[in-house]
Amino acid sequence: MAEKVLMKGNEAIAEAAIIAGCRHYFGYPITPQTEIAAYMAKRMPKIGGTFLQAESELAAISMVYGASAAGKRVMTSSSSPGISLKSEGISYIAGSDLPAVIVNAQRGGPGLGGIQPSQSDYFQATRGGGHGDYHMIVLTPDSVQEMAELTVKAFDLADKYRMPVMILADGTIGQMMEPVSFDFEVKAAPQKPWATTGTQMKRSHNVVNSLYLKPDELERTNFERFEKYETIKKNEALYEEYMMDDAEIVVAAFGIAARVSKNAVVAARKEGIKVGLIRPVTVWPFPDEPFAKAAKTAKQFISVELSMGQMIEDVKLATGCKVPVTLCNRVGGMIPSPAEVLDAIRNAAKGGKN
Amino acid sequence: MVVFDKPKSLADIPFHYCPGCTHGIVHRLVAEAIDELGIEGRTIGIAPVGCSVMAYDYFNCDMIEAAHGRAPAVATGVKRADPENNIVFTYQGDGDLASIGMAETVHSAARNENITIIFINNAIYGMTGGQMAPTSLPGQITQTSPYGRDVKHCGYPVKVCEMLAQLEGPEYLERVAVNSVPHIRAAKKAIKKAFENQINGKGFSLIEVISSCPTNWGMTPEKALKWIDDAMIPYYPLGVYKDRSAQKGE
Amino acid sequence: MTTHYLFAGFGGQGILFSGKLLAYKGLIEGKNVSWLPSYGPEMRGGTASCSVIISDEPIGAPIVLEPDVLIAMNLPSLDRYEGSVVPGGKVYVDSSLIERKLERTDIEGVYIPATKLAGENGMDGLANMIIAGKIIADAKEWNEESIEKALGKCISARHADMLEINRKALLSGRDF
Repeated sequence: MAEKVLMKGNEAIAEAAIIAGCRHYFGYPITPQTEIAAYMAKRMPKIGGTFLQAESELAAISMVYGASAAGKRVMTSSSSPGISLKSEGISYIAGSDLPAVIVNAQRGGPGLGGIQPSQSDYFQATRGGGHGDYHMIVLTPDSVQEMAELTVKAFDLADKYRMPVMILADGTIGQMMEPVSFDFEVKAAPQKPWATTGTQMKRSHNVVNSLYLKPDELERTNFERFEKYETIKKNEALYEEYMMDDAEIVVAAFGIAARVSKNAVVAARKEGIKVGLIRPVTVWPFPDEPFAKAAKTAKQFISVELSMGQMIEDVKLATGCKVPVTLCNRVGGMIPSPAEVLDAIRNAAKGGKN
Repeated sequence: MVVFDKPKSLADIPFHYCPGCTHGIVHRLVAEAIDELGIEGRTIGIAPVGCSVMAYDYFNCDMIEAAHGRAPAVATGVKRADPENNIVFTYQGDGDLASIGMAETVHSAARNENITIIFINNAIYGMTGGQMAPTSLPGQITQTSPYGRDVKHCGYPVKVCEMLAQLEGPEYLERVAVNSVPHIRAAKKAIKKAFENQINGKGFSLIEVISSCPTNWGMTPEKALKWIDDAMIPYYPLGVYKDRSAQKGE
Repeated sequence: MTTHYLFAGFGGQGILFSGKLLAYKGLIEGKNVSWLPSYGPEMRGGTASCSVIISDEPIGAPIVLEPDVLIAMNLPSLDRYEGSVVPGGKVYVDSSLIERKLERTDIEGVYIPATKLAGENGMDGLANMIIAGKIIADAKEWNEESIEKALGKCISARHADMLEINRKALLSGRDF
């Protein structure tokens, strides 16, 4: 096994992207994701790649769109306010069926908000974010190791389904250092016969486009895209179950909230409370299955989030509203402490609904 | 004997443009340049939002449709994906290039991005039905300046070539027109040079083409061509605004 | 066993660096480790802090709210975090910058005039490493080989000339 190194989550994303064959990165500075751009700026020129600091997030995502149309594995990264701007280009990327990897190291909002960690872009990420009917596959790492592994997976999924994939991280996972190993399998990018690489006078011209002025044509492209989304829902949902065997109380949390919740679950188990954790690793597609299964026996679900309660809606949908779902949350850059989550678990064990 | 034929890199389908619109002429000039330079197989065009939004249907080279104003950024991504092979041009109108996409225009010029920009300046938003453009003339009546463009209220037109000429970055900036045969001949020469510059790795070339929009100007095609001479060119003088290689005596 | 460290002081005192050294040493010794800095404008001159966890178990939350070991490199940090130390925990105080003693009696204070020692011995800016040396020695985890490897990981080849003086700072902390 390759030696483990200590690395920041953001740097692990950048290194993993390079390992995955990404040679084009376009970005615009914003805290707390700057390490990704800094890493790319250092490494890309040395490996024949391109790092370019764009004039804005609008331009950066359009550069991603262009490089992806030209057949390259390409990435950008930003944080919440910047992702709002990039949502224009993400919608075009989705509408043109192009692969791309977008990192959001979330910070508190709305507006300029703050720079401390948050998960309040959950709706934006899982429902689309930009205009029109579309989805991104959304991956939520909870460790530096997963920052690396899910980045490689993001490139594979983006190419496989020809769509944007978002790594939905947060300031904490991006800034923290943990041991990470880059000893994983990397698949080569598939052939891209649709790419605008020049006809070389050997084929008819390729067009990358999201404009369909005839409504029936546009409807058809939407229907076809959603058939693809159904396949993804069936095949690509990822999750981790933790101490779920006999769980009567189920904590749902992803990313940094899941890390905090694990401490609370362990502490509650020591008190004899039958509690477990389901950690969605993809939040689109949302892993409905383990939630539906747990809803048959569990008494209560607790959604632990760094938002005013966004994932809780998916938990309610996945459990068919058969069991009460409560919210344990902090926002604005605050992170719930293990003690706060433990209190919520204790309260649930006593039959409290809030 | 064929005396007049369509350029090979132009698709054999009718344009959707209004009668008297000069987009067709400029499309042809771009296609002729591509043909003559033998670069169709490695050219990727970027279509904008605006009347020429469907330019991707008219050119036989690979084409990409960009978000409004972002064509130079998309072109940057394509160019950087394969700088040795890809010849990249954008085809943009005045609202696209000089209003919503101004940042992308200025910064691609400042970077001396090795791309070719064909900039159609007809002083109006055509596709949306004739609103005031960043290049509409003082006093010009449009749907959103029904009493004439009042510069005290909404400011002055943007002179793109003059403005970009202040930058260190760009290689070549020229303003041309397509309202007469001599003007069209000059425009062709400029457009071809803009592609040659890219082939030779010289960098950013922008050709501003003063064009007509008879429909939204409310004029006959003939009158529109005359209005270019009488009103447009006096405000937007034709000529070379920057030619770095010539300045250096290359 | 799990140890939660909280390093706190002014930006520029090297607390992120000494935290990283401890984390790397833990990694080299086969432990689970995490390192989390405070980030943002406060890093540029204000109060900075750094959470380090070294554990035999997988690490949950990487944020240290109740440290077993607090390293206070200035008075505002001691004022802010003294109350959060777990009973029976330790506080390392740079006594050349902080005049007061601990107010609590259920935790142990270790007072080292680290900034003064560093200044007097040609190790300006390495008070953090003197304290790190003391922490490692107190925990009876002094392991020449893993310390040397950790130093090699934390100090890039470009700054290899800094290795010797960092070694010296760690040793003077150990022997304090």
